[in-house]
Amino acid sequence: MTTGTAATSTLLSAVNQALDDALAANPDVVVFGEDVADSEEGGVLGATKGLSSRHGSHRVRSTPISEQAIIGAAIGASLVGIRPVAEIMLMNFTTVAMDMIVNHAAKLRFMSGGKTHVPITIRMMTGAGLGTGGQHADFLEAWFVHTAGLKVVIPSNPSDAYGLLLSCIDDEDPCLFIENMPLYWTPGPAPVRGQRIPIGKARIARPGKDVTLISYSRQVFDALAVADKLSKEGIEAEVIDLRTISPLDDATLLESVARTRRAVVIHEATRQCGVGAEIASRIHENLHRELRAPVQRLGSAFCPVPFSKPLETAFVPGAQQIEAAVRRTLS
Amino acid sequence: MNQARSLPDAPVLLEIYRRATLIKQNDDRFRAVIQSGKLVMPYYSPRGQEIIPAATSVHLSDDDYICTIYRGVHDMLAKGVTPRALWAELAGRVTGSCKGKGGPMHITDPARGVMVTTGIVGSSMPIANGLALAAQLRGEKRVTIAYFGDGASNIGAFHEALNLASLWKLPVVFICQNNRFAEHTRYESGTSIGRIADRAAAYSMPGEHVDGNDPDAMWSAAGQAIARARAGDGPTLIEAMTFRFHGHIFGDADGYMSKEEKASAIARDPVVLLRRRLIERGMATDAALAELERGIELEIDAALQFALDSPYPDLAELRRDVYATEIQP
Ligand SMILES: Cc1ncc(C[n+]2csc(CCOP(=O)(O)OP(=O)(O)O)c2C)c(N)n1
Repeated sequence: MTTGTAATSTLLSAVNQALDDALAANPDVVVFGEDVADSEEGGVLGATKGLSSRHGSHRVRSTPISEQAIIGAAIGASLVGIRPVAEIMLMNFTTVAMDMIVNHAAKLRFMSGGKTHVPITIRMMTGAGLGTGGQHADFLEAWFVHTAGLKVVIPSNPSDAYGLLLSCIDDEDPCLFIENMPLYWTPGPAPVRGQRIPIGKARIARPGKDVTLISYSRQVFDALAVADKLSKEGIEAEVIDLRTISPLDDATLLESVARTRRAVVIHEATRQCGVGAEIASRIHENLHRELRAPVQRLGSAFCPVPFSKPLETAFVPGAQQIEAAVRRTLS
Repeated sequence: MNQARSLPDAPVLLEIYRRATLIKQNDDRFRAVIQSGKLVMPYYSPRGQEIIPAATSVHLSDDDYICTIYRGVHDMLAKGVTPRALWAELAGRVTGSCKGKGGPMHITDPARGVMVTTGIVGSSMPIANGLALAAQLRGEKRVTIAYFGDGASNIGAFHEALNLASLWKLPVVFICQNNRFAEHTRYESGTSIGRIADRAAAYSMPGEHVDGNDPDAMWSAAGQAIARARAGDGPTLIEAMTFRFHGHIFGDADGYMSKEEKASAIARDPVVLLRRRLIERGMATDAALAELERGIELEIDAALQFALDSPYPDLAELRRDVYATEIQP
């Protein structure tokens, strides 16, 4: 497939494409996780469909429900040169493998004085909106961003997902790759085959001059919608899609806010000690004198993801709250 | 234990049938309502697995505890959760068992001993140990049941929990409902041992492999294990063989299940077989059972109506129940 600006894809098929291309390009790439092989239908939502048939069931393996064993095996294999892409179905299930991720994957390079390292990619999906309740839809990224040694990538569209997943697989450090489940089927720009998107580089999704809306994953779309609405009143919001949240692209963020002098950070994780707190703090530290208003932070309500539909809808920050936050920076 | 050798008498077998029928009819209705689009939720049908909790729960009272999983509506109904509380919760209404905040994967009803429903594979077992420990510490005769699937026996928590329960002789019964699948994975593809019951040997506890769809066998195995736990003799692992009639989750096309295997399981529908057995043993008449089934249908009608007529929780509920008292984060 060639670029073709009109070509569209979905997050789900972009992930599949990236894995397919990585497996084809490098015999050391292996994929494993629950239900990922075609004998188990290539994933509960089909993200890995066709991969075991094309690349062999020795390289694309379904596992038992054993998250510690999955991440442990990925770590071990990576120590001696294999490039595992481990899938932990839902982000909430990383909790069962936290020892492997936080005590081992993140730290082995440092604790070995650089003698070993862990080039693994851990894929997972999450996101509220599908009525899955308190244990299936959390955004826990702040825990991982807080941990030295891990990189955390969180794309919002197919083209970014493809390019970033390839970069994660190439990367010499452990990368968490967070997929937004409610966005899986949303059409978006198709990836350019083989094209990597660098880790740690944000994208300006919409240029503007009056306020910077900083976001990632699904909330990028909410920010864009609010920006379009405000534009009709002559307020031009710049929207930044972070794409990577560890390491953060300070240069892009600070350059934008230095111009607009106002910022709103939006994410689905709760505000409390969230990525938005880190970003707001960096902006204040660097641009204190330039800011026209304190940085605004929006996140989900400080409670477990509720099941009941009206609660679930109100739980996530919506367009109204984003708009109100923008107006607070303008008043 | 003489209970083990005897068969359930007429009132007991009828009660098992009543509970199994409630589960079956309730599930049929849930699926129809979700299919119609009237309610939207992830739903894990327990159809085909009715006998296991029905034949277990007749040995239990409200004082006994259970911990179950996302596929647990059968366990809850068998333990006495009312269809009204269940339906209202599934509809996300404030009258539900958890004010609509937990949803289908987290039904909780302490008055009936339904203490935890988890969406995390393997997590019912360690918590069941704690409930059992509390009973042991207080010298109570309560027994705790941990329900879980075959796939869950491959997660670390299963092994840790069985070892601890055995070491501390906890009054707990681990009931593995082996429905042959873990999501899309066939039993043989995910589990290294032919029988999960044999894993009990590694933790020095009895391991029983039973036909979970046979009410006599299930009643007897559960009765023996529960009596053992109540007597202070420690835990038992029961592997109850069964089959999941529908896909993992409602709407799943279940292409990974063999059609013949599924058809033959459905042809041996345990609820239908139990009905036949009751009549064959002269324990009930067709008319009496039909009457019972009609009564259950009416109860479900009323529960559905109650759920749909109930209000949604107030948005203030987002701030409540996070802590004992509301705090400003
Ligand atoms: C720790 C964890 N990993 C993965 C999942 C996703 N998941 C939900 S149900 C399931 C299969 C469980 O199979 P089994 O234990 O046999 O129970 P069944 O669903 O067949 O009743 C999986 C993998 C989960 N909920 N929790």
